[in-house]
Amino acid sequence: MFVPTVAWRLMREGRFQSWLILAGVTLGVAVVVYITAIVSGLQANIIDKTLSTQAHVTLKPREDVNLRQITVPEGETLLAEVETRTQRENTIGNWQRLKAAADTVPGVAASAALASGPGFVVKGGVRKSVVLMGVELADYQRIVPLESKLRAGRLRLASGDVMIGTELARDLGLKVGDRLRVVTATGSAESYTIAALLDFGLKDLSRRWLLMPLRSAQNQLGYRLDISEIYLRADDLFDAEALAAAAAARTGLDADSWQETNSQLVTALRSQSASSNMIKVFVTLAVALGIASVLVVSVVQKQREIGILRAMGTPGARIRAVFLLQGALYGLAGSLLGSALGAALALGFTRIARNTDGSPLFPVVVTPSLFVVTALIATAVGVLAAWAPARRAARLDPVEAIRG
Amino acid sequence: MADVLTLTGIRKRYGGGKAPLIEVLHGIDLSLAEGEFAALTGPSGSGKSTLLNIMGLLEPPSEGRLVIAGEAAHDLGDDARTRLRNRYLGFIFQFHHLLPAFTALENVLMPVFAGHGRVDAADRTRAAALLERVGLAEHAYKQPVQLSGGQQQRVAIVRALMARPRLVLADEPTGNLDTQTAADVFALMREINREDGTTFLIVTHDARLADSCGRQVRLVDGSLKN
Ligand SMILES: Nc1ncnc2c1ncn2[C@@H]1O[C@H](COP(=O)(O)OP(=O)(O)O)[C@@H](O)[C@H]1O
Ligand SMILES: [Mg+2]
Repeated sequence: MFVPTVAWRLMREGRFQSWLILAGVTLGVAVVVYITAIVSGLQANIIDKTLSTQAHVTLKPREDVNLRQITVPEGETLLAEVETRTQRENTIGNWQRLKAAADTVPGVAASAALASGPGFVVKGGVRKSVVLMGVELADYQRIVPLESKLRAGRLRLASGDVMIGTELARDLGLKVGDRLRVVTATGSAESYTIAALLDFGLKDLSRRWLLMPLRSAQNQLGYRLDISEIYLRADDLFDAEALAAAAAARTGLDADSWQETNSQLVTALRSQSASSNMIKVFVTLAVALGIASVLVVSVVQKQREIGILRAMGTPGARIRAVFLLQGALYGLAGSLLGSALGAALALGFTRIARNTDGSPLFPVVVTPSLFVVTALIATAVGVLAAWAPARRAARLDPVEAIRG
Repeated sequence: MADVLTLTGIRKRYGGGKAPLIEVLHGIDLSLAEGEFAALTGPSGSGKSTLLNIMGLLEPPSEGRLVIAGEAAHDLGDDARTRLRNRYLGFIFQFHHLLPAFTALENVLMPVFAGHGRVDAADRTRAAALLERVGLAEHAYKQPVQLSGGQQQRVAIVRALMARPRLVLADEPTGNLDTQTAADVFALMREINREDGTTFLIVTHDARLADSCGRQVRLVDGSLKN
């Protein structure tokens, strides 16, 4: 085959240049792969950590639920409009029906009812402010997995059980099996047995969260049979915003996606993505310019050979293909070496960057598709970079080339 | 006998625009018959290379008609000219112009490889036979730099013959060889001309070599002199 043979021989002939540009492409690709692996690993890890204690979508009471519209029946005249005080309704009544309705929204994987509100834990004269979180344990675990958070005891919320955070336990010197007293603003006071100690991943949550049976929280917070929130889990967490809108429409409740709840985090992640994409684009441009300049030089250096080939009847298109193929080969070979190097660097990074307990700070994401996409892009960039030099080679005047 | 090549009223001008317009060839009429062995002579700068390049379809004439093997070629596009060149013409240059990245055998194969994009076993056999004919059988797998000047030029000659051209155009093929080697190379071209009937047009400064050709064409200041 003429094109691959000639391309290969020309690359081999200009060995030094070929190695240099291959090294350049390799380094560029390695940077891109490394950044992609680190950033997507970091972001996946942050999102994972954030969402390990949060619902993808939280349904809450409508804020305007008490602003009744005054409708005037036909034939009657409105004499006066007495504005009722807008009472902020804190709870969701008739929630079983709404929860069932939310479950029917496509893309909802699980739902859980939650009765939450403020309270205090009292132990030996010390009061600690906490958040009572009344849940049905099986439902709640489908939203917030607890197995990995369990530090002591068993995951169990029978009547009279609570599960508390490790920090709270430490502050009050509590352990599994101990009893504690919970009081709320309604004046209610109850005693519970600690069934489990949980590490929620954030110190503040581990200090304040108190998981208890739904019924107990409803009683102590004065919600009667109402609840305060419905948690939803999405099949795809990045669909949460659309899901929130759909669930709000279906239930008539307010819905917040995790992106809204964590808007600062989302903004931070977006700008991190944007800046890492910027780096990738500029590295890619630099790689493309590198390939292009090496090929431009090669066309000038080889113009006599090109002229001879043309004089012997090589069509211009075949000459062009020789140089396009060189660009593609530099891109492809560089992307394979660079992917390996970048992945090795990223994996090396996880060995160096470790938590105090020796576990990796975060897992880097190195997937086969990253390699495939990188190889495709690099090859395409190589071909594009070779475009102008290849055109020049194909249009070279053989007479000029041979005379020179 | 049929003409391999016919030139009618060929003119070639360079420059124009900002550069001064100069006419290098002033209306050349010339025919080469099948099987001819002709020498093209003339002082340096008289336009011999330019004429050869036009005949070789490497550059188009500014004016005039050019017929190769019965096909009009003066106003063809680049691809069509390339095809005719590959089919009918062989080139030998003063500075052998072998491709340094390829062996002697690969260089000989190059016209077929370049034109068809690939070579088959029959092509390889022919290339090897051509090298053997010029006494280079054992050098087939050497790189050009490993060969002497005379050997390189012999490789270039059989390369020009590889694709069985009707006409071989040689621009000072012996210009940078010593007298004895030049005579040998010339004799080789003459032998190929006799045995295969390939037409040759050879530019040379050497009067003795020119005298040994069947025909002499003399170019002075861009015009033919008889
Ligand atoms: N591309 C060109 N542009 C301008 N002048 C040229 C060009 N090519 C050749 N010439 C001129 O044409 C004349 C003939 O050149 P050439 O054909 O090389 O002569 P020869 O081969 O007989 O020595 C010379 O004066 C040369 O300077
Ligand atoms: Mg000349």
